Amino acid sequence: MSYIAKPSAHHPALPKNALGLTRRDYEGTMSTLCAGCGHDSITAAIIEACFEMDLPAHRIAKVSGIGCSSKAPTYFLSRSHGFNSVHGRMPSITTGANLANRDLVYIGVSGDGDTASIGLGQFCHAVRRRLNMTYIVMNNGCYGLTKGQFSATNDKSSPSKKGEANPFEAIDLCQMAIQLGAGFVARSFSGDKAQLIPLIKAAISYKGFAFLDVISPCVTFNNHPTSTKSYDYVRAHNMASENQLDYVEHKEEITVDYAEGSSASIEMHDGSLLLLHKLDQQHDPRNADAALMTIRTNAAKGSVATGLLYISQDQQDMHDVLATVEQPLNAASMADLCPGSKALEAINARLR
Amino acid sequence: MAPTDISNPKYFHKVVDCQWACPTHTPVPEYIRLIAQGRYAAAYMLNWESNVFPGILGRVCDRPCEPACRRGRVEEKPVAICRLKRVAADYKGEIDAFMPEIPAQKNGRRIALIGAGPASLTVARDLLPLGYSCVLFDKDPKAGGLMRTNIPSFRLPATVLDEEVERILGFGVEARFGQKIKSLATLLKDGYDAVFIGTGAPKGKDLDIPGRREAAANIHIGIDWLTSVAFEHVHTVGRRVVVIGGGNTAMDCCRTALRLGGMDVKVTVRSPRRVMKASAWEIEDAEREGVPILDNHAPKAFLVEKGRLKGVRFQKMREVGIDTSGRPRLEPSGEEVVLECDDVLMAIGQENAFPWIERSIGLEFDERSMPKVDRATMMSTRPGVFFGGDAAWGPENIIWAVAHGHQAAISIDRFCCGEEVQARPAPHSSLASQKMGIHEWSYKNDYSAVQRVAVPHADKAQALRNLKVEVELGYDDQLAAREAARCLNCDVQTVFTAPLCIECDACMDICPVDCINFTANDDEAALRQKLRVPARNKAQSLYISDPLKTGRIMAKDEDMCLHCGLCAERCPTSAWDMKKFMYVEAQSAAACLTHHNAYLR
Ligand SMILES: Cc1cc2nc3c(=O)[nH]c(=O)nc-3n(C[C@H](O)[C@H](O)[C@H](O)COP(=O)(O)OP(=O)(O)OC[C@H]3O[C@@H](n4cnc5c(N)ncnc54)[C@H](O)[C@@H]3O)c2cc1C
Ligand SMILES: Cc1ncc(C[n+]2csc(CCOP(=O)(O)OP(=O)(O)O)c2C)c(N)n1
Ligand code: SF4
Ligand code: SF4
Ligand code: SF4
Ligand SMILES: [Mg+2]
Repeated sequence: MSYIAKPSAHHPALPKNALGLTRRDYEGTMSTLCAGCGHDSITAAIIEACFEMDLPAHRIAKVSGIGCSSKAPTYFLSRSHGFNSVHGRMPSITTGANLANRDLVYIGVSGDGDTASIGLGQFCHAVRRRLNMTYIVMNNGCYGLTKGQFSATNDKSSPSKKGEANPFEAIDLCQMAIQLGAGFVARSFSGDKAQLIPLIKAAISYKGFAFLDVISPCVTFNNHPTSTKSYDYVRAHNMASENQLDYVEHKEEITVDYAEGSSASIEMHDGSLLLLHKLDQQHDPRNADAALMTIRTNAAKGSVATGLLYISQDQQDMHDVLATVEQPLNAASMADLCPGSKALEAINARLR
Repeated sequence: MAPTDISNPKYFHKVVDCQWACPTHTPVPEYIRLIAQGRYAAAYMLNWESNVFPGILGRVCDRPCEPACRRGRVEEKPVAICRLKRVAADYKGEIDAFMPEIPAQKNGRRIALIGAGPASLTVARDLLPLGYSCVLFDKDPKAGGLMRTNIPSFRLPATVLDEEVERILGFGVEARFGQKIKSLATLLKDGYDAVFIGTGAPKGKDLDIPGRREAAANIHIGIDWLTSVAFEHVHTVGRRVVVIGGGNTAMDCCRTALRLGGMDVKVTVRSPRRVMKASAWEIEDAEREGVPILDNHAPKAFLVEKGRLKGVRFQKMREVGIDTSGRPRLEPSGEEVVLECDDVLMAIGQENAFPWIERSIGLEFDERSMPKVDRATMMSTRPGVFFGGDAAWGPENIIWAVAHGHQAAISIDRFCCGEEVQARPAPHSSLASQKMGIHEWSYKNDYSAVQRVAVPHADKAQALRNLKVEVELGYDDQLAAREAARCLNCDVQTVFTAPLCIECDACMDICPVDCINFTANDDEAALRQKLRVPARNKAQSLYISDPLKTGRIMAKDEDMCLHCGLCAERCPTSAWDMKKFMYVEAQSAAACLTHHNAYLR
């Protein structure tokens, strides 16, 4: 852990976004994670994505559970709302917040322990409820904060640092998310910002439940050469090039031409565009079955399929499903929120 | 791009912007750290070994280091390097014990030094510890050159000048003061083993316009007038004074005039203000004392009435574009201005004059009547005769005179030992890790956001009443510590070991100024363009690594690096380390480099 603060000085030629802010304005406090932790790279990618999207920090809420990964929100967007909750409970906190104020951008940050072990039930229901949020799992295959025990996402073939075998099969959170009805499912790698940053932007733009499983090596406990969550392994087995995507903000012009038939574009809720290219029969992210097959066939070969795995073009989010009012509930008047006993009686009468 | 060869000392030397810019390559960050630690004597000695006159230069140096200072790129103002040097001099205490030993047994070689300015004094300092006998001539009664005769005492008190000049004289210089050399040929007959000419550029330029002769009694050549003031031949000046010229001499003239009774003192400059020659800080000081600067004023005539100067008529100039050298092109605007005055001080430049050097002794001059002098060795075309300071290539400043002196001393020593003068001794350098613990360094890497600390000034009214009251009071230890903390320790280098890097991006992400990049290799122009922040400052290098595992390279733009060490702190494999680079320019006498060498590892 560094004891000095990151210098306030920045490069005088640092670009500014539409709000007149530099990427430095989207930072948080100095990370206390181990030097080289993948989580810090994901933090940097979130900072870059929010900066490039011109997001005002005060319109963002960061919510997390417990773990090294769940500490990460402290290290980005220090001017945003934040809630560091209980282990595995990030989804319910976000659900409550989202119900009360549907206008914020919700970035949930969790770990593989936080999501695939103690929080697995919470995770499932957040997906099922199609919460409008970006759910990021910083996936290192272990419980980093408690000294590196195997987590439920650690591959069976991947032993511990000291050589202990892992007895159980891994939970694949992306497959689960697709099956549970997530509208946007992607996998990426902390060491590949060129892929990660557009995915984060697309996930934030997506209206509905957007899930990002980011493999994020734990340099201290799970970066040995035999680990399938190490920098070297992921670099050697990453199938990133199989499926590529460009995120085009509505303010930008599309400058690249893609071959007819092998590409498609999807318009996002906020007017931005997702350009999918290198599409083929094997993998079209608009098709859930094909997505599952891509993940499974790659996994069987020991490789990791990354990129946008699945996208549903007509997802309704929780507020659509519940038909809640447009106005955020936290801005509604007391009379509207609490219409009184007569109104309650009327409802009860309807259900008798 | 090819990987950077960091074994070439030039590479890291250039990263230390101030030291690189200093003509004598003073190890600035090292002495600033010593000041921060209160080790003023050691800070003084590092300076003294490099630049010979720290107390003087800490007040009046032209400070080429400051415009070069990295801090001035990161924020608006550079570190007050010069004023920190003065702190070392003000608080150094007793330093006699650190002085080089002067051998009682001389080596039998006699060197003549003509002109007792900083150039000659440096040669003497560098040669005396080697056992040379140095005979120093000056037409003036005291040593110091323009430092004594022209730099006013309100900027440079005589006590400070005396201390540093006398220290060298005390090493055993044979002084021949009050003796003007009228013939080099005659001097050469005296059998000196070598002669050094440090006679400066002693001739002030004149203006041949109507009225010049008639009003001569009240028109003064600036540098001669300042000399007369310094030697107390002149005590007063008229109430209304017009200074002609826009350089530092003009600034000294107007401020001196204010102190000799001038009530209405104006500076007039032919060119627009923004291209004035004077240093920004000297202009600022003159203006603070209430001197208006009238630019675009070209003098046309001195007005005379009853045989006495009455004023100066100026043609006002107007800018019409830029010439090929980038300077504004001027033409008369048609408007004329008359400034009434009692005295005129002319500060329009200095020239060299060598009427006392015969053209028949094998010492060649060029078409501008300047001696032909070798840039590296300082030797003229007559072997054994050397030049330095303003005498070599025209008016410069003290620190260049010192730099010339060091090089001339090396040459003289080699010449007297029968060695090849062209072969120059290599500099010494070393690179040593500053790591003390996981995240602990032997230097303070915590960035201080403090803005440049202003130097306290004497009360203005009091200063203007007395020529000898020093205007700047200097920093006290507290202010000095605040200012010293602004130094970015540019000599503590980021050193990269490619095989250790696992490409986790941690250093790139943490770097506060976006120096570090992991990217595909390319040629320099393309690479500079595609960095996280394009590297537009071509004066600063790119640090290129060997290829990494993924085939990419690490490319670091040295331009803005704060030397904060966070890259090294965040690197899990110590692929980055912070290493102190010491660079010591060679001198003739190793005895004058003991403090420097102590820091080499
Ligand atoms: C008004 C003014 C202000 C300045 N302010 C600054 C400043 O703030 N900072 C700075 O860095 N520089 C300043 N300079 C410039 C600086 O003083 C000179 O560049 C520097 O002193 C040059 O040193 P030197 O050793 O070459 O010769 P000089 O200092 O010029 O010394 C030459 C000496 O040679 C003697 N001499 C000349 N001819 C003969 C002869 N034939 N026989 C015997 N002796 C002879 C002269 O009497 C003189 O003492 C200033 C100059 C002027 C005019
Ligand atoms: C209710 C509860 N049970 C157990 C813990 C102990 N604990 C803290 S962090 C953690 C695992 C975190 O793993 P993960 O979410 O993968 O985060 P990482 O540190 O790997 O980023 C556990 C089990 C806890 N804090 N609270
Ligand atoms: S223990 Fe692992 S997960 Fe936690 S900060 Fe260190 S490297 Fe990152
Ligand atoms: S020392 Fe390292 S982290 Fe600090 S500014 Fe320089 S390159 Fe960046
Ligand atoms: S922090 Fe170290 S290992 Fe990581 S990319 Fe930088 S130099 Fe390489
Ligand atoms: Mg984990």
